[in-house]
Amino acid sequence: MGIKLLIHNDKVPGIETLAVYRQMGGYASVEKALKTMTPNDVVEEVKKSGLRGRGGAGFPTGMKWSFLFKPEGVERYLVCNADESEPGTFKDRYLMEKIPHALIEGMITSSYALGAKTSYIYIRGEYFYVARILEKAIEEAYAAGWLGKNILGTDFSHDCFVQVGGGAYICGEETALLESLEGKRGNPRIKPPFPAIAGLYGCPTVVNNVETIATVCPIINMGGEEYAKIGIGKSTGTKLISASGHINKPGVYEIELGLPVEEFIYSDEYCGGIINGRKMKAVVAGGSSVPILPTELILKTAKGEPRLMSYESLSDGGFLTGSMLGSGGFIVYDETTSIVKNLYTFARFYHHESCGQCSPCREGTGWMEKILHRIVEGHGKPSDIDLLWDIQRKIEGNTICPLGDAAAWPVASAIRHFRAEFEEYVNHPERIKDVKHYYSVQQVSEAQL
Amino acid sequence: MAKVTIDGHSIEVPDGTTILQAARMIVDANNYEGANIAPPTMCYYSKLKTSGGYCRTCIVKVTKGSEKDPRPMPKPVASCRTTVMDGMEVVNITSPEVLESRKAVVEFLLINHPLDCPICDQAGECHLQDLGYEHGLAKTRYDFERRTFEKIDIGPYVKLHMTRCIMCFRCIKVADQITDNRFQGMLFRGDASEISTYIEKAIDNDFSGNVIDVCPVGALTDKTFRFKSRVWFAKPMDAHRYCKKCSGKVAIWLKADEVLRVTSRKDKWGEAEEWICNECRFEKKKTSDWIIEGPRHIDRHSVISANHYENLTKLKLDIGKQQKQLADKK
Amino acid sequence: MSTQLNGAQTFDKNKLTKIVFSDDTMQTVQKMMKRYPEGKHKSALLPILHIAQAEFGGWLSPETMDYVASVLNIKPIEVYEVASFYSMYNLKPVGKCLLEVCRTSSCWTRGAEDVVKHLEKKLGIKEGETTKDGMFTIKTVECLGSCGSAPMLQCGASYHENLTLEKVDALLENYRKAGKQRSYTDLDYKNTL
Ligand SMILES: Cc1cc2nc3c(=O)[nH]c(=O)nc-3n(C[C@H](O)[C@H](O)[C@H](O)COP(=O)(O)O)c2cc1C
Ligand code: SF4
Ligand code: SF4
Ligand code: FES
Ligand code: FES
Repeated sequence: MGIKLLIHNDKVPGIETLAVYRQMGGYASVEKALKTMTPNDVVEEVKKSGLRGRGGAGFPTGMKWSFLFKPEGVERYLVCNADESEPGTFKDRYLMEKIPHALIEGMITSSYALGAKTSYIYIRGEYFYVARILEKAIEEAYAAGWLGKNILGTDFSHDCFVQVGGGAYICGEETALLESLEGKRGNPRIKPPFPAIAGLYGCPTVVNNVETIATVCPIINMGGEEYAKIGIGKSTGTKLISASGHINKPGVYEIELGLPVEEFIYSDEYCGGIINGRKMKAVVAGGSSVPILPTELILKTAKGEPRLMSYESLSDGGFLTGSMLGSGGFIVYDETTSIVKNLYTFARFYHHESCGQCSPCREGTGWMEKILHRIVEGHGKPSDIDLLWDIQRKIEGNTICPLGDAAAWPVASAIRHFRAEFEEYVNHPERIKDVKHYYSVQQVSEAQL
Repeated sequence: MAKVTIDGHSIEVPDGTTILQAARMIVDANNYEGANIAPPTMCYYSKLKTSGGYCRTCIVKVTKGSEKDPRPMPKPVASCRTTVMDGMEVVNITSPEVLESRKAVVEFLLINHPLDCPICDQAGECHLQDLGYEHGLAKTRYDFERRTFEKIDIGPYVKLHMTRCIMCFRCIKVADQITDNRFQGMLFRGDASEISTYIEKAIDNDFSGNVIDVCPVGALTDKTFRFKSRVWFAKPMDAHRYCKKCSGKVAIWLKADEVLRVTSRKDKWGEAEEWICNECRFEKKKTSDWIIEGPRHIDRHSVISANHYENLTKLKLDIGKQQKQLADKK
Repeated sequence: MSTQLNGAQTFDKNKLTKIVFSDDTMQTVQKMMKRYPEGKHKSALLPILHIAQAEFGGWLSPETMDYVASVLNIKPIEVYEVASFYSMYNLKPVGKCLLEVCRTSSCWTRGAEDVVKHLEKKLGIKEGETTKDGMFTIKTVECLGSCGSAPMLQCGASYHENLTLEKVDALLENYRKAGKQRSYTDLDYKNTL
């Protein structure tokens, strides 16, 4: 069993209640921070821990916190990014649903470090029932004095609210999230200014992912240096991985960073191998936005070293032969999967979710979806493959926010690694006509029995 | 002050100046013909706060961040929303990469835009047409159905044809910043977005007509403009009248003795010099309403004065063909 | 493109009188508005739209949106802009049970298309349509964060996961029997079917 810091108690009955959570040692980080540490000490510990943002970009959290602008007399905010809409990612939901107090505790400790009197948890609207769970937990925390005025008798007071979204992936982008939290359309802001200077209501704001914030608790409890010993190199600590697709045991796993990918996929402790004992074809390792890799490249790097679950190892080889850890949305595809059709579902997703502010993304995502649709339906032209390549290349880097890049990378990587399959589609549509490309519901449920 | 170098031309500008403004200053300071080093703009409008950043036509590459931090910026940036730093070096037309990216942006702007310039109300003074002409591809690669919308009236004076809109947000910013009541907004999202007003009388405000002048394409047009002929047959004149609401300084477009329409005076960047009121714009259609100052100088560079388009009205509607034709003619 | 919100819209005052939050709801709404700093109550727009949608027939009619604007004291266009941006607000009437089937990669690989086809056959309607009795609407949506329990569908606040065709049948039956309108704001998520 690997080390677990976040969801080790997920199976404890009643862990969603304050009483049980407290029994299992909950809220210790709030006690320790408020009673024995200055806000700056907390920031320093987080810096020492080497914690990197778990929302996708992997930016060092301690550094982000130290950038927060702190003018006198101006409110500061902590906003938790619980928008979790990246296809393949469902770890935040699991954490919030099972152990809501882990997030609330992290919110309090982090807010103390940042000097934020108010914090908001922005949760995607579809997770309404999870929002209710969080609200209940917050109520309990208020009643027990963990939230509200003068927490633990100190002069630190804090209010925490849950805000539900309305259904838009783009609200995961931090400035779009802030716009949405202000009751507006989720259009990403043009930066600068960055949220650390002018975020929510124009005030300095830190936006962090659910898992990032929850991880602050074990860091404070064990100390940053201890935490940094877990993991590998600059990928310190543990990470929640959402595993889905053609594996025997889909679900959320907490892994120590540095775990070999092969072990993660085939060990019974984690994914338990490929469904029906088939061969693996490809993996999307960090949510839909990161490049897809074929089996050879996901198990081993181009240099022949075993690929590890870490920021560095997964991106080894750059975009030519590597990918990214991203949000930890690990989707496995077996040998029967049509990469082309799968890419079409991604392209449709990005087209659906583009906010429409900037022209390359607004127009380009729709164009790519249309071309892929035509290819999947057997009406593709041989020139379509190069056209797709060209469109994605022209979206990338030319947009306001990274959604444009996120729409481009899956297309680029699928063509790069599976060009032959695209050619098959456009040159021999008759051959793919009756192929189903996916498991039927029945097949999946039988395999699970 | 900050020193910035764009395509090899240096200038000292106040802190907080954007790259785009600096480029325009270089053009102004040196009286450059053609104004090429100033990036083209489709959504930025110097007189509208928070405009710019959306269309991406003005992108440039920062090859040196500043004296202090000389690292280049990794991605192209929107020059209209990026402020200069002391020692910054920027490439625009001297960078094939920038030109390539800009060409891509133009292609994106055009894929859902109708290619019926010859019948468009804006033909001849459309910024997208100019841009397509300068940077476009020879042939459209987009072979799907284009997005279309019904034309609708917003109020008695303005017609909205969403099909042509490029979502530059300028009209929304005018509605927000110039008029005192905003009825206009962006609805839906992604490529399904559309400009909308929510009731017919919406644009009932003294300065609402300015949305027509800021619209870079033919999406918002003047319903009172009588289309007896294309714009390039109309003679623009500077004129004024004494008006209580605005400065009364306008451009009137004459054909013989008839005032075909009234617009604001546009500067060399295609922006209104001053906002004008609806009364001047829509209701003063007699030459006797105006004191005519003399012919308005229209930048030689512009398609209107180049008189390119007369023969094209008959052509089948393909920007690529148009362009070729234009090139041949030249 | 349907431009339901575009162009002329008549503002019917008679209809407006029917659209008013109950006192209870109004209290919740006012409490919500207090979560934000002075003058920033527009922040409550998204949650209030969810409530309005649940209370006024499962969709946001222009009248409902105008009413929300008046409650928040903002311009109607600000509500329209927001309501039309987000995918969870229905700008057209839908059935009592809006069946939202995820169609993105992880669900697709595990048979989401079968679920949609099955629903279409069973209910005799196509994706995007509503049954004649106004009970069900089928909609395909993008990833709902339930990829590890694919295929899945959402109805109101409930997630129905690891679907099989039999499960889908049972689901439809139970929903039909209950006959209730389902909303995201439903609290009875625990006793789902
Ligand atoms: C299109 C887009 C979607 C995103 N979605 C999410 C998301 O759902 N959850 C999240 O935590 N971060 C998301 N991010 C990343 C955030 O912008 C931001 O980097 C993150 O919340 C920072 O938190 P962290 O430093 O704790 O990771 C998204 C970014 C982009 C560009
Ligand atoms: S890249 Fe796409 S999502 Fe991001 S701002 Fe531009 S249009 Fe919106
Ligand atoms: S109507 Fe014109 S001004 Fe308004 S957004 Fe569209 S193109 Fe811009
Ligand atoms: S003019 Fe700069 S992005 Fe449009
Ligand atoms: S792909 Fe269906 S829930 Fe994520």
